[in-house]
Amino acid sequence: MENQLEVDIKVPNQTKYLSLIGKIGEDVAYTLKKFNDNREELAYHINLVLTEAMANAIKHANQNDPNKEVHITICLSDNNLCIKVYDQGQGFDISEIKQIEAKPEDDHGRGIFLIHALMDTVTYTRCCNGHVLEMNKTFNSETGPEAEDGDLCADRHPTDTQ
Amino acid sequence: MNVAIEEHDHIVTLTLNEERLDAHNSSELKTQLLSLFEDGKVNIIIDLSPVRFIDSSGLGALVSGFKNASSREGGLKLCGLQSQVKSMFELTRLHRVFEIFPGTEEALASF
Repeated sequence: MENQLEVDIKVPNQTKYLSLIGKIGEDVAYTLKKFNDNREELAYHINLVLTEAMANAIKHANQNDPNKEVHITICLSDNNLCIKVYDQGQGFDISEIKQIEAKPEDDHGRGIFLIHALMDTVTYTRCCNGHVLEMNKTFNSETGPEAEDGDLCADRHPTDTQ
Repeated sequence: MNVAIEEHDHIVTLTLNEERLDAHNSSELKTQLLSLFEDGKVNIIIDLSPVRFIDSSGLGALVSGFKNASSREGGLKLCGLQSQVKSMFELTRLHRVFEIFPGTEEALASF
């Protein structure tokens, strides 16, 4: 596909890398062509979903284990964004919390809600060495074709189970 | 976490001199706020003007501080929100929980 960008990065299981990955996500947003909406907002949203997904992987899935790592892939085309965050943990049931909005007075529980609010589809499934949180978003583009391939990363991790 | 603290009579202003308030540093803010509460300082203004990015952990730390201040019959108010940060409060409806002011002067005058 034309103008497809792929980023593949592994980082140690430490929250100090959140800003690095978030910044990469923002920079990816600025490479998008034929995007007519608020690009600054898109950059923030990509930064946010990467930060939330990574923090979830580091703290909850990988349980702050310094010997583990987090693997992130970002695939961007004119019309689609696919972010995958791989952890090395036992997983959790995302269906239980996926659409629940935290009460205003709650001081936790907004991460998965924010990801769902900003992305079109979110799945959390087993893969070879743990689990993968996959987040997809389709962009409106007046000039680009409609999405032909909803999962740009489908052939990159054949061990994933959807 | 780089925080500038100023005291104005019975009100403490914290300016978060960080570009991000996220899962990496939000627990430090929680600790800092708890320390102030334990010292009996329960009227807090948090100036977020340097903060360009906030995530759910950052929001959670602020909510935690808000609840603690309220339970001690004090208050925790915010000011200086950049536009994208403000949009996160709106998305999570936390703009209905916090009193949010343009700057510290307006926030100080509200106590």
